[in-house]
Amino acid sequence: MSPLDFFADLINPDLSFLPKALLIAVMSSIVCGVIGCYVVLRGMAFIGDAVAHAVFPGLAVAFLISGNLVLGGTIAGVITAVLVALFSQNRRLKEDSIIGVFFVAAFALGIVVISQAPGYAGSLQQFLFGSITGIPDEDLYVVGGTGVLILLVAFLLHKELVAITLDREMARSMGVKVFWLDIVLYVLVTLAVVISVQTIGNILVLALLITPAAAARLLTDRMGIMMLLAPVIGGTSALVGLYVSWSWDLPTGGTIVLVLTAAFLAAWGLAPRHGLIAKRLQRRRHRAASESTRVAAVVPA
Amino acid sequence: MSAHAINVTDLAVELGGRLALENVNLFVDRGELVGLIGPNGAGKTTLLRSILGLLPVASGGVRIDGAPTGPGKNGIGYVPQRHEFAWDFPISVEDVVMTGRTGALGLFRRPGEKDWRAVGDALDRVRMDDLRTRPVGELSGGQRQRVLVARALALQPSTLLLDEPFTGLDMPTQELLSDLFVSLAREDRAVLMTTHDLASALYSCDRLALLNRTVVAVGSTDDLNDPHIWMDTFGVGETSPLLRILKAA
Repeated sequence: MSPLDFFADLINPDLSFLPKALLIAVMSSIVCGVIGCYVVLRGMAFIGDAVAHAVFPGLAVAFLISGNLVLGGTIAGVITAVLVALFSQNRRLKEDSIIGVFFVAAFALGIVVISQAPGYAGSLQQFLFGSITGIPDEDLYVVGGTGVLILLVAFLLHKELVAITLDREMARSMGVKVFWLDIVLYVLVTLAVVISVQTIGNILVLALLITPAAAARLLTDRMGIMMLLAPVIGGTSALVGLYVSWSWDLPTGGTIVLVLTAAFLAAWGLAPRHGLIAKRLQRRRHRAASESTRVAAVVPA
Repeated sequence: MSAHAINVTDLAVELGGRLALENVNLFVDRGELVGLIGPNGAGKTTLLRSILGLLPVASGGVRIDGAPTGPGKNGIGYVPQRHEFAWDFPISVEDVVMTGRTGALGLFRRPGEKDWRAVGDALDRVRMDDLRTRPVGELSGGQRQRVLVARALALQPSTLLLDEPFTGLDMPTQELLSDLFVSLAREDRAVLMTTHDLASALYSCDRLALLNRTVVAVGSTDDLNDPHIWMDTFGVGETSPLLRILKAA
């Protein structure tokens, strides 16, 4: 299918779910791209994974009582994040073990809850792997509004979020409220995950958070540029992924993640100075330089 | 009589159910560089963190310029150990130094002209102004330490706490930093530094405080020439190389 046909399908009123899915996928990729920068730079990918799983019981409960999915997922994610933050104060266990305990527990709870819903196999699959059909119009506003809110909070607290990532000890000494900022960051990650779960699914949502930010990190040594590149990479991959999945009838979530992964690998190879190609060129230049000095030494003056 | 810049009186601090510090008395005045010396686990970092007001005290207290201490309250410049910092973070030297003003700026406020001037002055002071736009990941160990000092100076503090600034640095770099710390003290700042490096401490500090859960002794190098004080603090015998370094100094 050519991009033109895809565009025709997008404006076809019989396929009205398609532009909605595209809009939600792109919006959530942009938000995840920005928030993912903090996650990648803090080395808290595992926490991102945990939060992604932790929202599941909330989604399941909301689904069961036909409540608001975003609200349900957020509550469950925040409860788990706070539990992790509190239990991590105990120094006998490291944070990653605490996370390992709680996020699997949350996920298990979600599975038990959703098994109570009639026709649960279908809805389970939808939650785990995402779906582009059946998105209600109001979700567009919820995702858009929540996305703007997430980006606004991150913008306002950027200075503090950077300070606690760089050096927690120093931040504490300056009177920065490290514990509360951790909670705020967890909540931002939770919200970003919740608005993305719809199209990409619970299992794959981590890729939206981590992969664009990781690719952007490979391309630059400036955080400002990284935070612009990551949402561009995420948004573009969502668009390309949806196009590919629509053309070849492939699962949307999986296709978007594979496109993201391809973008990451491209960044790995093409990165300026540190990428594979740049390194090879540098090596060749060094060799040429050392050979020419050797020649110069042999040739008598 | 005006108050000491740092004044620790009868301080006791409990960590994980045991006393990490007890009956600690120590003051530092403006203009002097004081070295805090002691074995691992003696409570050196704990004392610095108590001075910053980061730990609950079991008894006694800390006053900074006569006022009770608390995080962000007294404008103390703090230079934590180098490994506390995320050196792989994509950020430039001047932006790191600006993070030293995060607490002073407060929530939601962006740095203004005054803040950038303070950052510029701090970078000039540690002679890092020519590397201000360099990503911190590309700096050498000595340059990194100077960036952390500049970050503390960005707050324009009259009290400076340095935690193990010499660890992992070669001798020429240590000497440059020692000279910097001495001159920072001479510019009317109170500077307290923990260190494992006896030679530089003996050479550059005005006074040394020997710490092992409590202050065993304080004084100038000449005041501390009794080897038993050092044997007590470090728990070493008479043949320890440590005592030979002292005699040579």
